[in-house]
Amino acid sequence: MERIPILKIGAALVVTIQVDMHDRVAMTLQEDLSTSIVASGAKGVLIDISALEIVDSFIGRTLANIASISRVLDAETVVVGMRPAVAITLVELGLALPGVRTALNAERGMALIRQRLAALGLTDGDGPAEA
Amino acid sequence: MAPPKPDPGVQAIAIRTGDDIVRVRQAVRGSAVEVGLSLVDQTKIVTAASELARNTLDYGGGGLATIEIVRDATRRGVRIRFEDAGPGIADVELALKPGYTTGRGMGLGLGGARRLSSEFSIASEIGKGTRVVIARGK
Repeated sequence: MERIPILKIGAALVVTIQVDMHDRVAMTLQEDLSTSIVASGAKGVLIDISALEIVDSFIGRTLANIASISRVLDAETVVVGMRPAVAITLVELGLALPGVRTALNAERGMALIRQRLAALGLTDGDGPAEA
Repeated sequence: MAPPKPDPGVQAIAIRTGDDIVRVRQAVRGSAVEVGLSLVDQTKIVTAASELARNTLDYGGGGLATIEIVRDATRRGVRIRFEDAGPGIADVELALKPGYTTGRGMGLGLGGARRLSSEFSIASEIGKGTRVVIARGK
């Protein structure tokens, strides 16, 4: 079945959602990401949704769940690239994605993750920062 | 007897699996683009349709979505009817309240779909089923 690939870049996991999110694909992504965070020890998860034409309550809940699960596993999730029409619709739907950090684009999202790594005394690589 | 000639402005999609929710979204998007809705209006009606298609599947046990392009003298838009033969909704007013859910959802579906639509009606009968009609036009 369809799976969304997860890339590891330094201490972050990067996911770009390029497909129309089927409910099962969303559930699989949630499970795959949880497994990958533990296996890789990643401290940040960047989810790019710039290709998503809609975020309904199911997809919104999946993003919120991923953020909560990541936090419990000591990683921070940043959702980036939301289209303006999607943001307007989400808020009107009643879903403001509480607890989900967002950034305008992937570059700013990575900057947020790097800030967290720096605060933890880690570099963008895996190991602790050099003295 | 020959089957009735299909109206090109009307599409019926059976909702039986999660794949059908995606199919409904794509069909509504196509009709919204065809009728010339703005990007925000397209996004709103597709999102509302996605919520209602999922309700039809999860609570109604499946059903039918009928997507229709509306073109009359004063307006153009997309109207979608969702019908199921499920258990029905005992208290429709309660079901429209934010946060109300009997299932695994967030309770945003029905009320959210109403807020995202410019036209909304619901009829439900216990033991018979539910019908929801939404529309968005310009």
